[in-house]
Amino acid sequence: MKDTVSLNDKQLMAKEKVNNPSFMKTIWREIKNDKIALGSLILLTFLLLAAYLSPLFIDQADITRVYMGNIYKAPSADNWLGSDDGGRDVFGQLMLGARNSFTIGICVTLIAGLFGLTVGLIAGFYGGIVDNIIMRIIDFLMVLPSLMFIIVFITIVPQYTVFNFILIMSAFAWFGKARLIRSRGLAERELDYINASKTLGTPSWKIMFFEMFPNLSSLVIVNMTLTLAGNIGLETGLTFLGFGLPTGTPSLGTLISFARNPDIVENKWWVWLPAALLILVMMLCINYVGQAVKRASDARQRLA
Amino acid sequence: MLKFILRRTLIMIPQLFLLSLIVFVLAKAMPGDAITGAFAGDPNATEERKEELREKFGLNDPWYEQYGRWIGNAVQGDFGSSYMYKQPVTTLLAGKVGNTVLLALFTLIITYIIAIPLGIVAGRWTDTWADKLIVTYNYFSFATPLFVFSLLMLFLFSFILGWFPIGGSVDIKIEEGTWDYIVSKMEHLFLPVMSGALLATFGTIQYLRNDIIDTKLKDFVKTARAKGVPERKVYTKHILRNSLLPIAAFLGYEIAGLIGGSIFIESIFSYPGLGQLFLTSIGARDFTVVTALVMILGTATIIGTMLSDIILSIVDPRIRVE
Repeated sequence: MKDTVSLNDKQLMAKEKVNNPSFMKTIWREIKNDKIALGSLILLTFLLLAAYLSPLFIDQADITRVYMGNIYKAPSADNWLGSDDGGRDVFGQLMLGARNSFTIGICVTLIAGLFGLTVGLIAGFYGGIVDNIIMRIIDFLMVLPSLMFIIVFITIVPQYTVFNFILIMSAFAWFGKARLIRSRGLAERELDYINASKTLGTPSWKIMFFEMFPNLSSLVIVNMTLTLAGNIGLETGLTFLGFGLPTGTPSLGTLISFARNPDIVENKWWVWLPAALLILVMMLCINYVGQAVKRASDARQRLA
Repeated sequence: MLKFILRRTLIMIPQLFLLSLIVFVLAKAMPGDAITGAFAGDPNATEERKEELREKFGLNDPWYEQYGRWIGNAVQGDFGSSYMYKQPVTTLLAGKVGNTVLLALFTLIITYIIAIPLGIVAGRWTDTWADKLIVTYNYFSFATPLFVFSLLMLFLFSFILGWFPIGGSVDIKIEEGTWDYIVSKMEHLFLPVMSGALLATFGTIQYLRNDIIDTKLKDFVKTARAKGVPERKVYTKHILRNSLLPIAAFLGYEIAGLIGGSIFIESIFSYPGLGQLFLTSIGARDFTVVTALVMILGTATIIGTMLSDIILSIVDPRIRVE
């Protein structure tokens, strides 16, 4: 008797697995069925592989070394995309910059995501006065012209490093996430499984991170993919203005910032144009994949 | 209704207070003060003389007294003076604010001129080729970073095609007040405005399209059709009246975006406005100007958001519940 029951349970679970594929599987199915999303994903993977694997083929020290006899050379077989004001190879810097920009984008997204998640879960789980106070603060923070504040912080921070830059950017990137997670959390806290867990005496933090969070994870994944592109755009934009990565750590924005000089915009397009186009392509790809991920999270919008 | 407006206005007071406090703390954290600034490059300034002046101007007082004085002056429009330009910050801003307001105003107008018809077409004829085209455009405008797009516009239209000037707000040789002056101004505004507006349409198109698709199925629209109202009128009189009103309320929310955008656009098109002033001041460590700009533009976004909230609550009573 007991055996049959457990067998049935097993069968049920197996059936459940087939009927309820994991979120990752749903995402993959959604991407597979959208030709443009699939193309974007392949192109993005290719670009990132090229950027992250380039140190195997290109000498890193060589890229940042100045060659005075080689300034502003047009593209040739030696320098595929020409060279910049220090005679440095633009193609090598493009790969290095893409790697730095993407890595920083990921870091900012993760840190801001973690912070937004924590604040959002706390507001959503406790509700009431705690929620009220947190939300008033977030309302205020969201109104601020954040770009100006980021620039001011970057200028006044002593000992400016890449890590500080990531922290400052993250500090202004979590408000929307917290708000999103909080609104779903508020609905979630009314559900029976949370109440049951509370009655059993599970500590609040355990309920938040191990019981509530898994149910919100698809929301978090969707939001993170969509904001990743925005964060990369903001980082390159700040670097373009001269308030981003410190000199010595080139980003795609560093190459584009050459375009602040009209002579270079017009006559030395190879320095800045490839970086600008590369950012554009990366943004479009990430967003397209992000849209597919978003559709996967909402059964009504799915194409597949 | 009145209660909501009152409450929403009252929330603004702690917000403005917090903003001023943050800006004050930032100003204090910025290296150097008004005295070091004023004496920059003056070899006769001794440390004792500077200390004397600091005492005189109250820079050694406790922070809350300094804060009180600073905010008291700021409310009266006195933000101190810029050491780089050697003139009061207020005078400095007055010369630039017109350009930025002009840029922002035209950007808004063009954004709505593009976005509203496109949103209506996409919402009314869903899933047609026109809708698909508009949705694709919307996707591009959402994903493209403003500074990359502006640069490409500048490169294509000013440098390669030579249709527009490459920077500035007006030709220097032209006299103010003449017709040519206005034409030259428009020529200089065209590219910055288009770069901003073409990307800013995203929110409006998305909102209108979704809202029209939702409203199409509402009961009052069905009633109108059942009564025999012609299809054209169903849209102009019933659906659009419902969907277009909130857009007017979104204006205030746009302010923060416009300020952020103006920093990039003014820098790329070397357009002399507040965004460019902000960047040059921060580059020159002219912190009185920076502080004043952050304070003024921060206040502008807080007030803008409040106005939007209030207008929206009048237009759409459902959101007043909170």
